[in-house]
Amino acid sequence: MSCAQTIMDYGLRSLGFGERLLPRSDFTLCQQFTLIGSGLIWNLYFAFFALLFGFFLATGLALAKTSTNPWLRKPAEGFIFLFRGSPLFIQFFLAYEALVMLPRAGVEIFGFTVATSWLTKAWAGALIVLTLNTAAYSAQIFHGALMSVPKGDIEAAEAYGMTGWTKFRRVLWPTMLRLAWPSYTNEAIFLFHATTLVFFSGFPAFQQRGDSLYYASYFAGQTFNPFIAYPIVALYFIVSTLALIGLFGIVNRRLNRHLPGAARRIRYRPQVIR
Amino acid sequence: MFSFCSDPSVLDGLAWLSCYLTTGTHMLFYASFGVVLLLLAITAPIALLFGYGGAMASRSRIAPVRWFGKVYTSMVRGVPDIVFFLFVPIALDQGLEWLRHQALCDSDAPVRQGNDFVVCAAAKLPLSTSPEWVHDIYAMTLAVIAFSVVFGAFAANVLYGAMQAVPRAQLETAEAYGMTQRQVTRRILVPQMWTYALPGLSNLWMILIKATPLLFLLGIEDIVYWARELGGAKTSSFAYPHPDWRLYYFLAVLVFYLLMTWVSERVLDRVIRRLSAGQATMAGEAQRKAGVV
Repeated sequence: MSCAQTIMDYGLRSLGFGERLLPRSDFTLCQQFTLIGSGLIWNLYFAFFALLFGFFLATGLALAKTSTNPWLRKPAEGFIFLFRGSPLFIQFFLAYEALVMLPRAGVEIFGFTVATSWLTKAWAGALIVLTLNTAAYSAQIFHGALMSVPKGDIEAAEAYGMTGWTKFRRVLWPTMLRLAWPSYTNEAIFLFHATTLVFFSGFPAFQQRGDSLYYASYFAGQTFNPFIAYPIVALYFIVSTLALIGLFGIVNRRLNRHLPGAARRIRYRPQVIR
Repeated sequence: MFSFCSDPSVLDGLAWLSCYLTTGTHMLFYASFGVVLLLLAITAPIALLFGYGGAMASRSRIAPVRWFGKVYTSMVRGVPDIVFFLFVPIALDQGLEWLRHQALCDSDAPVRQGNDFVVCAAAKLPLSTSPEWVHDIYAMTLAVIAFSVVFGAFAANVLYGAMQAVPRAQLETAEAYGMTQRQVTRRILVPQMWTYALPGLSNLWMILIKATPLLFLLGIEDIVYWARELGGAKTSSFAYPHPDWRLYYFLAVLVFYLLMTWVSERVLDRVIRRLSAGQATMAGEAQRKAGVV
């Protein structure tokens, strides 16, 4: 079987297209590269959407945490503590068990039946957990940045007569992002790496549709040879991480474009992990 | 455990619960919390040692040693740690068995035959005749090594940064006094780097705590394993039948981890405040101005 044929058969296997059965014997390098690469789609999916939704949630949480109103501040602090203080692995297990307990037939709300079974699937359930998790970590970063917005900037904005939403959108938010961006890049990398946990925790891989590490451990388990499959995953992740750093670097340059020489290269510091 | 527990089927309410929570398997569950703490206690110093070695290696003047150090410290940057947790134990196990195969077996057969990894009975690790606890200890040792390698790489990053942060003038002064490279490291560099390293290391400790549930993936009977075992629905053929209670077990585990991180945060904050007293850093300066010291 040629490599092109393998790619046709298994390129989208993780989404359920193509060949149904996974290869069982005589594993070729091409098969391993293709299947593990196909699993990477899930990692990218989880990382992209969790970062997208988590970003807005984190901004809200960071603002709530700076609020003087205890009804806003306390819940935000509690949420951040809960998700930063416990392992993501346990969060996945807990979320899965909780979601499975929802009634199978759906929940009746105002006469409408809301289906719940999709919540126990990895694409939704794990995405929710990852979103909440990254929101908590990012909120902590954004809160720190918000606290270090220069006093003069705020006074200048107020002198111009800006208040409320305008002040936030034009002054506070851009400065907060600019200050937080290097740490936020690290957070994004760690979230991306954490997506490998999804199919190793509570969430089952339906019809063997898993992420890249799921397929790698499948190959390693079948061949008793960890020296091929795992380095392939590592390679994929190194390349993707470099791409991620590049993308965030572009945003960083844009955030700092009014400050010549301030757009330092983002130093990658492994500071947070789940 | 209690005398009234001899026939669980007649019990109800609190008596049932107190008997249920003290069964033999629950004792193993409680003991597994100890396993987590033990792993933390063993891994943390070893990882710190690995980290120190890695950081020193990447400062070395000998190029191959420096390259090795650089590769080791940057190893965790692009690759998810869980890949290493899955890879290191198997790789180590197979590596050791291969070495023993070369030494102890007289067959020339290759260890990889098709999809199997075959060594002769004498080369197996641990030997198939050895008792259960030897297997447990072996699995735990592999887990400790995997954790130490990964967290050693993280620690190497932190310590390398801390060593770079020690003011250059301090080291030059020591050299001007005629100290050798070794003496400079031992007397000036290492004592001073801790205040710079501590925020990173305390972060690392939190990370290590939160990585311990991954023991479950390495086949260790840890808290996650027992929470799944005990929480699963038990039919009436069991002494203590109950529906699916995994949610409550995982809640208990979650609370345990929250407590661990909360206590660690308090303690580490104190240590950092202690260590930054009198240092020529921002934190030390802030303390001086506030008149704390």
